[in-house]
Amino acid sequence: MKSIKELEAIRERALKEIAIRENEGKTRIVVGMATCGIAAGAKPVMNAFVEELNKRNIHNVSVAMTGCIGVCRFEPIAEVIEPNGEKTTYVKLNPEKARRIVAEHIVNGRPVIEYTIGAAQD
Amino acid sequence: MIYRSHVLICHGTGCTSSKSEQVAEAMQRELVERGLDSEVKIVKTGCFGLCERGPIMVIYPEGATYCMVTVEDVPEIVEEHLVKGRIVKRLLLGDKEAKDVAKSLENVGFFNKQMRIALRNCGVINPENIEEYIARDGYSALAKVLTEMTPQEVIDVIKKSGLRGRGGAGFPTGVKWQFAHDAQGDEKYVCCNADEGDPGAFMDRSVLEGDPHSVLEAMTIAGYAIGAKQGYIYVRAEYPIAVQRLRIAIDQAREYGLLGNNIFGTDFSFDIDLRLGAGAFVCGEETALMTSIEGHRGEPRTRPPFPAVKGLFGKPTLLNNVETYANIPVIINKGPEWFASIGTEKSKGTKVFAIGGKINNTGLVEIPMGTTLREVIYDIGGGIPNGKKFKAAQTGGPSGGCIPASHIDTPIDYESLISLGSMMGSGGLIVMDEDTCMVDIAKFFLEFTVDESCGKCPPCRIGTKRMLEILEKITSGKGEESDIEKLESLANSIKKSALCGLGQTAPNPVLSTLRYFRDEYLAHVREKRCPAGICKALIRYVILEDKCKGCGLCARKCPAGAISGEIRKPHTIDANKCLKCGVCMESCKFNAIITQ
Repeated sequence: MKSIKELEAIRERALKEIAIRENEGKTRIVVGMATCGIAAGAKPVMNAFVEELNKRNIHNVSVAMTGCIGVCRFEPIAEVIEPNGEKTTYVKLNPEKARRIVAEHIVNGRPVIEYTIGAAQD
Repeated sequence: MIYRSHVLICHGTGCTSSKSEQVAEAMQRELVERGLDSEVKIVKTGCFGLCERGPIMVIYPEGATYCMVTVEDVPEIVEEHLVKGRIVKRLLLGDKEAKDVAKSLENVGFFNKQMRIALRNCGVINPENIEEYIARDGYSALAKVLTEMTPQEVIDVIKKSGLRGRGGAGFPTGVKWQFAHDAQGDEKYVCCNADEGDPGAFMDRSVLEGDPHSVLEAMTIAGYAIGAKQGYIYVRAEYPIAVQRLRIAIDQAREYGLLGNNIFGTDFSFDIDLRLGAGAFVCGEETALMTSIEGHRGEPRTRPPFPAVKGLFGKPTLLNNVETYANIPVIINKGPEWFASIGTEKSKGTKVFAIGGKINNTGLVEIPMGTTLREVIYDIGGGIPNGKKFKAAQTGGPSGGCIPASHIDTPIDYESLISLGSMMGSGGLIVMDEDTCMVDIAKFFLEFTVDESCGKCPPCRIGTKRMLEILEKITSGKGEESDIEKLESLANSIKKSALCGLGQTAPNPVLSTLRYFRDEYLAHVREKRCPAGICKALIRYVILEDKCKGCGLCARKCPAGAISGEIRKPHTIDANKCLKCGVCMESCKFNAIITQ
């Protein structure tokens, strides 16, 4: 890094990348992959998301990992962030549930309410 | 012939009456026109059962379900979905279900009282992608520091912010930086203590796993402030994911020129390396940590000289905890006044706690200093499971103490916890309910320190062992009243005479439980009774005569054959044979077996 301008350029570019996701209707699936998540089985869940998206030929959804969000007792956790910024937090996932989320939420725009954090808390 | 896509159109009575036949014809025409009829197959199906919203069309492989499709919608579906591969959102079956369920984490009570500074990026960015960190203002604090501020100005900002060490003791961070800055030396070092060892604490691990660049950026800022060129992160080898993500982060930072020579075109150069600890608790103590980085056996040494004067390799060294560093870039960016406006008079900012034990929401929370224990346990933590009563919370791990239920409304900050005989510690918070025996808890933590004592100084090596022996005597029902006095006098002399922080704080769990739960110790000693029913030697399983139906189930289940009696008459337990496993109590359908 030779100058602040360079940092600014990267920041702009990275922000744009996120913005592209947002403007062009790109949904993000973010899976918690800290120790707590992995111990609870986040890896197969992440794989299930990727496989199911591939199987259904869906290319405008990105799957990314992230750190611990804090509610470790609900791991594995994944958040679906829609182009308009709306977030749905899914908890206590397994590969089966991940596939259903792709089918219902990603493809058909119907969040699977029973897997959300709100439902799990009651 | 293999089709890449199947379009299922409902031809049940309901959909047919809402013109699905015409939709299918329009689809067929459109496909032929665009030459897609060899790639896409139309399938006329039976009823989907969603007649109210027909005509229904489902397109595979995606499995998109479109409803109320009209002839006019068909060109759009073909163009968008079948040609461009984009789902036509407006036609989707959509979300008709109740919206009152909290869908995202932000809408849940767990989040409302939190304030995320150190954890700002955890669970938000991809930790293995430096650009996501940069997008969220990452490394802009470093840029500002290197191009606009002098080292002394940086230190003044940190001092003004009121930030104190998050490792536990709460020493003012700015003052520490000043000492390291003022120390004379041709070479200086910046170290990060990531040797998190308290049972049940995992704040630092989460920061390293979720936001490693925040620590790298802050260490580089510290390097500039004190005049160091090299940093070391001392991290436990038991944190493989944290280690891996730190390695990736360091490589990326070097690649982007954010570590290395002439950062941001200035003449400041800085680099960071990892040192893996083998998991000894004592290596979290600063002098032992540096001895370990040097490649020697991790043993502490006397202070002074303090590390700021004579630390790693005998050079002036700055050592801060992971969470302390994670706060630095935000303080630089948002200003010390902003940070100082959060928290209490003497404790500024937020603190991350790992909440565990008998609580509903185990996990990681970040709260402003001054939040009460009650808010943490009930509003954020969701209360105690199974309707049990809150008894005490343990903070500070093996170096800390207990906060009893009577002090639940105490605002959490460094001073208030010390005055209660506990300490902030690195942030482990273990919640205990009425079924927890406080003598047993003290014994647990002492077992830990006895195991982890490095053995260099006798008060810690021998003294904690003697204390543990007394506790074992008490919990096995052989305690005498004089033992409690012996415990207290041993504890006080160890506190005064041990070499390092580990020994000096090791008696705290015993002293604090004695302070608030002396009656429990006395019950163990005088009445040979464990009020919580935990200490095995002191409990007895008995069958209540009036409740026992004589079914004989417990006698069959008992692995030791300790239960006898005639069928349909009350049974009895032979205390000499009883293993106190509790199987009989679990199996009894009439609640006729209790512990005494």
